[in-house]
Amino acid sequence: MSKYYLFQDVKKCIGCHSCEVACKTNKGLPVGPKVCEVITVGPRFVDTLPKAAYTFMPCYHCEDPWCVAACPTGAMQKRKKDGIVFVDHQLCVGCKTCMSACPWGAPQWNPAIGKVVKCDYCMDRVDRGLKPACVTLCTTHCLHFENAEAPRPIRRERYARAMAALD
Amino acid sequence: MEKVVYSLCFMCSVRCPIKVFVKDDEVRWIEGSPHVPGMEGSLCPRGAAGIALLKDHQRLQSPLIRTGPRGSGKWKKASWEEALDYVGDTLKKIIDEHGARSVVLGERTQLSTHVSQTFLKAIGSPNHFTHDALCKGSVNTACRSLFGYTDAQMGFDYKNTKHIVLYGRNFFEAIEVKGVNSLLDAMDNGAKVTYIDPRVTVTATKANRYWMIRPGTDLALNYGLIHVLLRERLYDKTFTDRWVSGMQELESFIEPYSPEWAEKETGIAAGEITSLAREISKDKPSVIFHFGYRGASLTNEIYLRRSILILNSLMGSIEAKGGLFFKKGPGEVGRKPARKLTEQKFPPIDAPRFDKVGTEAFPLPDPAHGVAQMLPDAILNDDPYPLKALIAYRFDPLMSIPESELTLRALEKLDLVVTIDINFSDIAWYSDVILPESIYLERTDCLQQANGLKPQLFLRRQAVTPRYNTMPGAVILKKLAERLGVGNYFPFSNSEELVQWQLEGTGFSLEDFDKKGFVAYTDKQIFWDRKDGIKLKTPSGKIELVSSLLQKAGFESFPAYEPIAKPSQGEFRLTVGRCAAHTHISTQNNLYLNELVPENSLWINNRAAEGLGIKDGSLVSVSSNNGSGMIKSYVTDLIHPEAVFMLHGFGHRAEMGARAFNKGLSDALIMKNISDKTGGSPALHDTFVKVKPV
Repeated sequence: MSKYYLFQDVKKCIGCHSCEVACKTNKGLPVGPKVCEVITVGPRFVDTLPKAAYTFMPCYHCEDPWCVAACPTGAMQKRKKDGIVFVDHQLCVGCKTCMSACPWGAPQWNPAIGKVVKCDYCMDRVDRGLKPACVTLCTTHCLHFENAEAPRPIRRERYARAMAALD
Repeated sequence: MEKVVYSLCFMCSVRCPIKVFVKDDEVRWIEGSPHVPGMEGSLCPRGAAGIALLKDHQRLQSPLIRTGPRGSGKWKKASWEEALDYVGDTLKKIIDEHGARSVVLGERTQLSTHVSQTFLKAIGSPNHFTHDALCKGSVNTACRSLFGYTDAQMGFDYKNTKHIVLYGRNFFEAIEVKGVNSLLDAMDNGAKVTYIDPRVTVTATKANRYWMIRPGTDLALNYGLIHVLLRERLYDKTFTDRWVSGMQELESFIEPYSPEWAEKETGIAAGEITSLAREISKDKPSVIFHFGYRGASLTNEIYLRRSILILNSLMGSIEAKGGLFFKKGPGEVGRKPARKLTEQKFPPIDAPRFDKVGTEAFPLPDPAHGVAQMLPDAILNDDPYPLKALIAYRFDPLMSIPESELTLRALEKLDLVVTIDINFSDIAWYSDVILPESIYLERTDCLQQANGLKPQLFLRRQAVTPRYNTMPGAVILKKLAERLGVGNYFPFSNSEELVQWQLEGTGFSLEDFDKKGFVAYTDKQIFWDRKDGIKLKTPSGKIELVSSLLQKAGFESFPAYEPIAKPSQGEFRLTVGRCAAHTHISTQNNLYLNELVPENSLWINNRAAEGLGIKDGSLVSVSSNNGSGMIKSYVTDLIHPEAVFMLHGFGHRAEMGARAFNKGLSDALIMKNISDKTGGSPALHDTFVKVKPV
């Protein structure tokens, strides 16, 4: 059962990549793997205004994860209690099948250990009652670690405020 | 053992409050302080890369003494005793022969700046300078000319603003975490952002209005705006009647500078200029025309910065909620600030400064900072007298002062070059002796007197023991002072003792910082009364549009506008700036930040590039009369055809910083070293370059 939902409030994202550095710092990663990544599309002019999309791409921790199904050794697993998809390095043989299976390229290659590394919502932190590294350090707090069943209606709240400001 | 240390980040100069988690003398995690609004865990990418700096094997690890020719990279490891004795003995010889004035110390302003100022005062040299002029000398002077306060004594109430106008102040890439979050909050509440820049930045993509202005013509735009505000009587008359002098002079000066006139110079339609003036005046006084962080583009820089401040004055946004305010010190609540070593009595110094600041030749720049870019000329021409020794304290003249070749020639003339730094900067690589400083996580620093709407004190505190054989800069300078017989001005043996000395009289103790990392003199925001209480420091007590400061020094307050030259065919105006991943010249070798942005590229307009046969991503040569180099192109419609742009801080030449070595191009190689002789900034956007495919 997938318990968590990581919401990116794109209106507040400034594409600074602090989340990526926070993630790599927490996992002690070498140059190369980007367990989460902000992909910038644009800027390009829409009428007179330049617009860009800064899209945050962690692992989405699918309810039915293809990477888990593809993993031949059982290293890629979905945690029963909260649905976090993680890789057990004891079992990973570095075959990269999960990298091929994931439609979003979430599993990454860690050349330092010859195994796959992926977003596990910082299980170490979550289990201590903390938020994932990326969410904690996000410069603008545009990342929100939410309960998937009851996320804060951030966009609705903003829309309602904007409408209320009209009168 | 686990502990939490509240401290201040130092991956850039903003000093964001941080919470450091330490276990068994290792830093496990750093996050923004939960106790400071606007931080609440947040850190920018540079702050997030602090542990990578701590663990970096490519930073300075031991005192080094040069064994080969300068810049050859041949070093011997030295003990602190040996390195300090060497510097002490050499300095002594130089001082005996040429006088103390032949010693210069340049640094990037920081919490221990009063210690290095004290070092020079104690030995009897007037030649302390900071990097400030390179960044914003003219902004400082402009603020003093109108208000009597420096830019550093003014702040912005982003959170409550209703409209902010940014002139290339790349707010969402040159990140100050608290400011970013305050402005985003304001935007969530409906605040408008107008962004003006020849180049599309992240900030442009977040703005409500973006103008790709012709590079260098912001002053013309502002004159057009002022023209509309005055003609249509859109300014805050109650405020200007009470606080502003020189309105009549402004009115007659601005008469010819209509929006139609401004359109021809800036490329921004007259109607657009008029509508901004009308729109923003509706939100007065809660508006901000941002005077910028870096204000160092053209030789008339001070007049651009003054025009921005005049716009604020007309909107009445001075000392207004959602506008600009003067920072309040502990004196406002009858308390005392942290002491500085410079408060001690020193022997008088007669010699003028090397940069002639404070003399008739250069009367207006702030002598507390000097004018860094005068250094090469002063050395090369022995003008006003011979300089023999340079101590570069986390300041790199080779990459920060325009015209590196000139700077290098000057450095070659010196008898002694010493660097105090944490990294193998280019100046460290070139030095005779390197004295390595502990990084911010390994040292306690002097107190931060954080004046503002609420005066506070912050403390950078040691979290772990130094990883290598390094020391805090303040202690290094004290040990050097001892060797020169002036150790008596440094009444401390370590950083904690120095902080305790600073705290005397403030009513606070070191332990008071344990809980949150800061203490507050008051919990209420202090705004002065806009009717009678604004304590302006100009001679008239008014905002002086016709400035007595300028007048006294023989400068006009309203010189006629001089049109900005257009580059000829195949030439471009070189512009520079920052990105979120890097701080000036100091982070390019950080493992994670280097991975994010490993090198710079040359932004060039797609139509201009097509005409020159330049393809996106290809190598191009960039050359001026002062220097040349090669860099990858970025061909785009996101930049004005008259400008090219590159990120500052790349093209490092120090081999030991292997990740950044030879990556990209240093703008200082190409730019010419010219200055705004009134305000003090260099003109960093006043070099025309030729760009050619390679």
